[in-house]
Amino acid sequence: MIVADKKPIEEIIEQIKDCAKILILGCNECVTVCEAGGKKEVGVLASALRMYFLNHNKEVKIDEITLERQCDHEYLEEIRDVADQYDAIVSLACGVGVQFMAEKYHTQRIYPGVNTCFLGATEQRGLWTERCQACGSCLLAYTAGICPVARCAKRLLNGPCGGSSNGKCEINPELDCAWQLIIDRLKALGRLEDYEKLFEIKDWSTDRAGGPRKVVREDVQI
Amino acid sequence: MRLNYPASIRIIRVPCTGKVDVIHILRAFEKGADGVCVVGCMEGDCHFKTGNFRARKRVEQAQKLLDIIGTGGERVQMYNLSSGEGPLFARYAKEIYDKVKALGPNPVKGNKQTAA
Repeated sequence: MIVADKKPIEEIIEQIKDCAKILILGCNECVTVCEAGGKKEVGVLASALRMYFLNHNKEVKIDEITLERQCDHEYLEEIRDVADQYDAIVSLACGVGVQFMAEKYHTQRIYPGVNTCFLGATEQRGLWTERCQACGSCLLAYTAGICPVARCAKRLLNGPCGGSSNGKCEINPELDCAWQLIIDRLKALGRLEDYEKLFEIKDWSTDRAGGPRKVVREDVQI
Repeated sequence: MRLNYPASIRIIRVPCTGKVDVIHILRAFEKGADGVCVVGCMEGDCHFKTGNFRARKRVEQAQKLLDIIGTGGERVQMYNLSSGEGPLFARYAKEIYDKVKALGPNPVKGNKQTAA
């Protein structure tokens, strides 16, 4: 899922302090799971903002809505009738949701309410770690299901490098060396011979280096 | 025992302080409470193991948020008690009452009337 973190409330206040009607718009998907932009966080932010404005003797109407998703036309259309009633919308969705919202509601002020961080997993409650960099050409079949692109600091395809010691990466003693993990898992799978194969230079054109990307699937288009 | 504690304190029962979330504390202030006191079981004695530790964390989160928005984090406090400590509850109730009284009314309350 897409992992996001809460934005400091001071930063949000700075953007919307001149508004009289504000909509806090949550998203029921990834940001709900990582507890940054779901219905609960919408409630907390709206309540805190209401009190902030009252404490500063200002009457501001703050409404709360949480959509199923903010990265699909059909769900964003649900606020079509009410969107123009607000001076600003604070979207607690990931960067995708905020941008899609801005595209659909061209004349509306939209502000992000979270910092979008990475594609990751919930390792434990309150701990999310990166697993995928969406490079567009998956190598996991060859690396025992552990991604060197996302988890090696150098994105090495033929690792480890000399900075790997005792299974940890030189950039951070708490960070596992991805290549150590790959070798350990290949060993456990009895496929250590796969480690002998050299990766050729990866085609990075499917990664961000090739500019903004798109997926066109004519088979599912209507 | 017939202990007395300040009459303005309203008790809200929850199954465990682990149920108390930041939003509950904020809503209390939004509705005009001058202070919120979360009373959980003794640390290590939670029937659900970590409920009171969770509550403490959430009280701390609420304190930070209330400081930022200008209400004042010192208006929320967490206490730990066992169910047999009636006199201590009365003492804590008086303590938070005095503390909140010294802080004055919740600024939201006064401004709500003037802003409306």
